[in-house]
Amino acid sequence: MTGVLLFGIYVFVLAIFVGFEIITKIPPTLHTPLMSGANAISGITIVGALVAARTTHPDVATVLGFLAIVFAMINVAGGFLVTDRMLKMFGGKKK
Amino acid sequence: MNEAAHPVVLVLYLLSAVLFIFGLKGLTRVRSARRGNAVAALAMLIAIVGTFVEMGTFDPWWIFGGLLVGGLVGSFAAVRVQMTAMPEMVALLNGFGGAASALVAASNLWLLVIQPGVPVRAFDVLGGSSAATTVLSVLIGALTFSGSVVAWGKLSGALFDKPLLLPGRHVLNLLMLAGALGLGGWAAFAASDLGTIAILVVVVIVLSLALGVGLVIGIGGADMPVVISLLNSYSGIAAAMTGFVLSNNALIISGALVGASGLILTRIMCVAMNRTLANVLFGGFGAEVAGGPAGADAYGPVRSGGAEEAAMLLEAGDSVVFVPGYGLAVAQAQHTVRELADLLEKHGKKVTYGIHPVAGRMPGHMNVLLAEADVPYEQLLEMDVINPELKNTDVVIVVGANDVVNPAAMKDKTSPIWGMPILEVHHAHSVVVIKRSLSPGFAGIKNELFEYPNTMMLFADAKKALQEMVREYKEIMG
Repeated sequence: MTGVLLFGIYVFVLAIFVGFEIITKIPPTLHTPLMSGANAISGITIVGALVAARTTHPDVATVLGFLAIVFAMINVAGGFLVTDRMLKMFGGKKK
Repeated sequence: MNEAAHPVVLVLYLLSAVLFIFGLKGLTRVRSARRGNAVAALAMLIAIVGTFVEMGTFDPWWIFGGLLVGGLVGSFAAVRVQMTAMPEMVALLNGFGGAASALVAASNLWLLVIQPGVPVRAFDVLGGSSAATTVLSVLIGALTFSGSVVAWGKLSGALFDKPLLLPGRHVLNLLMLAGALGLGGWAAFAASDLGTIAILVVVVIVLSLALGVGLVIGIGGADMPVVISLLNSYSGIAAAMTGFVLSNNALIISGALVGASGLILTRIMCVAMNRTLANVLFGGFGAEVAGGPAGADAYGPVRSGGAEEAAMLLEAGDSVVFVPGYGLAVAQAQHTVRELADLLEKHGKKVTYGIHPVAGRMPGHMNVLLAEADVPYEQLLEMDVINPELKNTDVVIVVGANDVVNPAAMKDKTSPIWGMPILEVHHAHSVVVIKRSLSPGFAGIKNELFEYPNTMMLFADAKKALQEMVREYKEIMG
C-alpha cells in the first residue's frame, strides 16, 4: 500500500513540475481559454465517476456516482466546447 | 484499482496523460491553441474509452443517463454563454469539477465500506492512504463547490459583490477546517459503526460546504480573478486526491496539471495587484477605507468634455491606445470599440490596446472580449510592452477601467494601492476617460489621473460614448 501511495506521490509531483514548465509559457492573451480548458481537464474525474456508477444493484453509491457523472460531463462537454468557441475567435478573421 | 487493471487500460491512460500535456503545450501559441484544445479533448475521450474497457459489464441506464444529461447541459451552456459572462461560467465549472470529485470519493466509500453492512473501519477496507485521501477529496471538492457558487453569485450580481465581513470569521473558518479534518479522520481511521461513519461523512461535507462559503464571502468582486484562479487550482487538486483514492494515475496527472495551472494564474494575479495571496484571501480589501470612500467631492477641478472634443483629439493624433476595464464588459462595448478603432486605422492611425493583467473579473477576460469583436490579437499588448510606448502615444482612451490606471500607485506611498503595477497612461499626451461618474473603483480611493491637466473626463455609458465618438469622428473627417 505504501508503495502504491509513494508511486502516486511521485507521479503527482512530477506532473506538477511538467505543468509549471508548460503553463508559465502560455501568453496572458490565452489565460481565459486556459482556465476553461483546465475546467474541462479536471472533468477527468469522470473516469472515477463511471466506475462509481457501474454497479448493477443500484444503491446510494450508484446515485452518488450518477451525480458525479453529470457534474463531470458538464465540465468535459462545456469546458472543451466553450474553449474551442473562444479560440476560434482568436484565430479569427485576420485583416 | 490500477494494480488489477488490464494492461491495455493502463496504456490508454498513459496515452491520455501524454495527450493532455501536448494539448496544454498547444495553448502556448495562439496559432496552435485550437488544435491543442482538440488534442486535450481527444485525451479525455481515450481516458473514457479506457474506463469502459476496464468496467466490463455495467448498468447502462445510470452511466449513459449521466453522460447524456451532463453532456447536454454542458454543451448548451457552452454554446449559449455570452463572452462577457465567461467568469461566471468558469466559476461554475470550477465548482462542478470539485463536486464531481467529492461525489466520486463519497461513492467509493459507500460502495466498499458501508454497503456491505459489516461493521468495519474504513481504514481496514481502503488502506491508510485511500482512507485519508477520501476525506481530503470530499473536503476540497465540497469547499470548491460552495466557494465557486458564492463566486458565481458575486460575479453574476445574484449576491452582493462587496466583501461580507463577519466578526471572528477567521476563527470560525479555522474551526470549521479543524472540525472537518478531525471528524473526517475519525470516520476514516477510528469509527467502525457504519451508521456513525455515514453521519460523520455527512457532517464533514456540511462543514466543508460552509467553509467554502466562509472563505469566499469575505472577498470583493474585483478580487475575483484571484479567487477564480485559486478555485480552479482546487478543482484540480480535488481530482488528484480522487486519483489517490482510486490509485488512478490518469486522475493524479490531470489533476496535478490543473492544480499547477490554477496556482500559476493565482500568482500572476497577485503580483499584478502587488498583494500577497493571504492579503487577498483574508484582507477584506475594498470593504472599507479610512475616512470613507472617495466620492465626487474628493476631487479638485476636473476637466470634462463631450464626444465631439474626444473625436477632435483623435483626429489630431497619430497613435491611439485603448485601455479596457471591467466597465467595457458591463457595457458590452467591445464591438463599438472595434468600430471606432477600424475608423481610426482607415485614416492611417496606429491603434493598440493596453491590457492590465487584472482588468476584468478573470485572467485574460479583456482579451477574450476584444477577440470576440475581431480585434487582431497582435494589437493586444501586455502592460510591460505598452508602458514604454505610452510616452509617445497621442491619445489614450480609458474605457471602464479605474484603479489599474491610478498614478497614486506610483506616486503616493500612503495609498492602499501603492506599488501595484499600473498602465502609465498619464504619460500620454492626452487621456480620455470614459466613465459614468467620479465614483471610486474597487479600491475605494480617489483616482488623481482624473485631475491631471492632460486628462479629459467623458461622463457617459461606455457604449453610448463610443457610438457618439464614432459619429462625431465621421463628421469631422467628412
